[in-house]
Amino acid sequence: MKDRQHAGGNTTVSRRAFLQGSGAAMAATAIATGANEAVAEAEKPSRLRSAGPQKVVLTVNGKQHTLMLEPRVTLLEALRNDLNLTGAKEVGNVSNDGADTVIIDGKPVFASTRLAIEVEGKNITTVEGLSEGKNVDEVITAFVKHDATQCGYCTPGFVVAVRAFLNKNPGANLEQIRKGLGGNICRCGTYAGVTDAAVELCKQGGA
Amino acid sequence: MADEPNLEYFWPPREENVLIGKDIQRIDGIAKATGRAKYSSDINTPGTLFAKLLTSNQAAAKIKMLNIEPAKKVPGVRAVYVFPSAYDIATGESKEIRWDGAPIVAVAADRPEIAADGVRAIEIEYEPLPFFVDEEDLAGAEKAQEETGIERVKSLGDNTEGDVESALSEAAVVHKGYYGIHTISHCCLEPHGSHCEWDGNDKLEVHLSTQNVSGTPGQFAGPLGLEQTAVHVQGHYEGGGFGSKFAADEWDLACAEMAKTTGKPVRLMLDRATELKIAGTRPSGFIDVTIAADAEGNIIAWDSHHWGTSGMAGGTVTLGKIPYVFDFANRNRKATGLVCNTGPNRAWRAPPHPQLCALTMTAMDDLAAKLEMDSYDLFMKNLPNVSKGIDDRIDVYAEQMKIAAEMIDWKAKWHPHGKGGGEGAVKRGLGMALHTWGGGAGPCTCLLKVHPDGSVETFLGSQDLGTGTRTVIAIVMAETFGLTLDDVKVNLGSSRYPKSGASGGSITVGGVSSTHRMAAQKALRQIFNLVAAKYDVKADTLAAKGGQILSDGKPVCSWKQAAGLVGPMPLEVQGETTREGLTSATVGGVQMVEVSVNTETGVIRINDFVCVQDCGLIIDELTARSQVLGGMIMGISYALTEERIMDSHTGRYLNADLENYKLPRIGDIGNLRVKMYQPASEYNRGVVGLGEPPVISPGAAISNAVANATGVRVPVLPLTPQRVLDALQKGGAA
Repeated sequence: MKDRQHAGGNTTVSRRAFLQGSGAAMAATAIATGANEAVAEAEKPSRLRSAGPQKVVLTVNGKQHTLMLEPRVTLLEALRNDLNLTGAKEVGNVSNDGADTVIIDGKPVFASTRLAIEVEGKNITTVEGLSEGKNVDEVITAFVKHDATQCGYCTPGFVVAVRAFLNKNPGANLEQIRKGLGGNICRCGTYAGVTDAAVELCKQGGA
Repeated sequence: MADEPNLEYFWPPREENVLIGKDIQRIDGIAKATGRAKYSSDINTPGTLFAKLLTSNQAAAKIKMLNIEPAKKVPGVRAVYVFPSAYDIATGESKEIRWDGAPIVAVAADRPEIAADGVRAIEIEYEPLPFFVDEEDLAGAEKAQEETGIERVKSLGDNTEGDVESALSEAAVVHKGYYGIHTISHCCLEPHGSHCEWDGNDKLEVHLSTQNVSGTPGQFAGPLGLEQTAVHVQGHYEGGGFGSKFAADEWDLACAEMAKTTGKPVRLMLDRATELKIAGTRPSGFIDVTIAADAEGNIIAWDSHHWGTSGMAGGTVTLGKIPYVFDFANRNRKATGLVCNTGPNRAWRAPPHPQLCALTMTAMDDLAAKLEMDSYDLFMKNLPNVSKGIDDRIDVYAEQMKIAAEMIDWKAKWHPHGKGGGEGAVKRGLGMALHTWGGGAGPCTCLLKVHPDGSVETFLGSQDLGTGTRTVIAIVMAETFGLTLDDVKVNLGSSRYPKSGASGGSITVGGVSSTHRMAAQKALRQIFNLVAAKYDVKADTLAAKGGQILSDGKPVCSWKQAAGLVGPMPLEVQGETTREGLTSATVGGVQMVEVSVNTETGVIRINDFVCVQDCGLIIDELTARSQVLGGMIMGISYALTEERIMDSHTGRYLNADLENYKLPRIGDIGNLRVKMYQPASEYNRGVVGLGEPPVISPGAAISNAVANATGVRVPVLPLTPQRVLDALQKGGAA
């Protein structure tokens, strides 16, 4: 028995073939239903995409970037490997650790749980967007002041999570902070410092 | 030391320090918090290929068939590497796969998703072999050995002091107990791995996630057939090591080999499951113990047999160190190692003290309960039984216990085990434990330069794991030269810099701080001589403070003017680890914790957790406290939730992901308080490391607090809700 250890065999090829096939079927239907509808259909952005590398436009920290990516590429991979924005970290294969936290249209999101093509047209803020030269977000200053970093690998994700949390909960109390920042794992044990930083910022109204 | 000026190198008088001993923010904090700090996993030089691994899904097997050709055919796959430890691709001969997660093939491709396609395309067939993974089951291991003829049980020796039998017969109280602590994985958030890039065929640039920058070039050079001069290892930031990142691993060599065959840079970081399975574990320990005391609570006998596993090496918690911190006049001890098909162990922060502490101080606490003594009183009473070698610190332990007890209000809050009363299902309790660690100053050298413009920098092949190494070095240099932290630059993380030891065992801060104090004092004395000649003052009246050179307190010139006297080229001095006068070894600490236990759900909450810790002279109190807090939090983790779970039916590591390998979150740690114990005697003995000690006591202290709350001992760590409920049911308290 030949055993392909990881289930699914070479799924990419079969999925690509499948999607290309259904794309062709869609085009045929459009022609059949009349020219006007076909034009309208062509102008409406299609939700169907080929499985091959394709143009993906991402708006990151206010700048537009055009990339050639397969649809299966996650936002985290695109940020780290294509845009060299390596502040967001890959800790788990599918994130539940928060080291890859970014802000998408105001909400904190684990970047490895979104495909890059899914977030086209959305405003993505990474940790790199929270500083410019010596000008840094108050969250960053508070992290340094309260020593909320040790090895530092979880830190950028935690900084972004705190920024997103404060935007929504500028005057949060300790209990709210402890619940609201539960999405991020630190292995070195910087939670006390992160808590102190968040508490101080909340006292200042979420600066 | 300050009061021994005959020493060549010494620390300033404590009261004169501007930086040393204060709360100083780490100098790389901004780089880390902005995401600008580049870890090895962040290196993206142009053309970098991405590698992924095929790993064993068998605990023990031979490879019957391996076909890598389909992987090579995947468009975008650039290299396929078969690990020689698994399979000889030339002869088709399989090596023995001995644990789940063992690497078999690495695939490098243009993009990570294509590398994953390549891995999926590989065809492999295993011939399963018998395995054993039940590390708590001594009888099962003996039976498996008998049935299969495969070694599963290793005697690790036994030894005796005094006469245990007589002591037991004379004892007022004898307690027999069973305790244990499961294997955990290091679980570094930055996985093990590297980025390798060749310059031609004979020069290799490695960015390695390592605790051992100076020590790893040879580990690449040897297997790759290179001269050591051809390998440059860099590690500027490491996302956690905890004792698991001292070596260049076989997957790092795979990375270098694939970079060579493709002529392109390759980045290979372990995936999370593999990181948990094979990149380092802490051995388990389980113990049957008999402990006895006289009517006053003096412990007079200890008799134990413990077992556990370190994987296929068949080790467990070191025999010679149990009982922990204490030793008793009459003592038997015996250890047995179980040979398990599990990923190999590596040094885990304070090896193997957390396990020793959890196996010893729980038994002592139960003995106190049987004696109807306050646990605190039993520990205090037995301080004269502190082991030889650390018995000069008995008074320090007593002081630390008093301070911790006051902080947590022990005497007011303590109650006999299970007698706290209170309404409802939630019971509160107090527990404590003591710990020790050697530490000391590790080997280090540096090249320190004072430039003619007054700027100062140092070079050393050390690394900052997040402990604050860079910051400590900067503080020592700035304090010595009377400068600010902005005036000094620390260059570390390159194997081309003067060699420095691996960072592990709480020896880095002693090594780097004494090295830089020595180098800076040397440089300063040369500069004082130049100033003395130029300004006609006596060199021995000079001091460097606030950016100026003072003579008997009066300004002579600015630091920049003084530095300019060195001529057109920088003044260069070398430093090395200086133990006499600057550093010391051996620390102790005590931890006390109050918990709430929900006896209906089995959930434990940490309410208040205090640590009193000594570590000699403290360079930076802010980062020192962070080390202690971090240790306490890692301790909460292995005490309450964190463990490797092996499946006895398949031999696989069941929870090798961060959903099921449960680390605490920010809401799980309760109120933590740290008191750095630092009377003049601590300052005067010089610098000692701090990374290990605070992670040792939490397991025992928390277990003891749960026993105090519920009146029932939950014998095995971590104290998961299931184990708590099982113990309550067995103990009749549910």
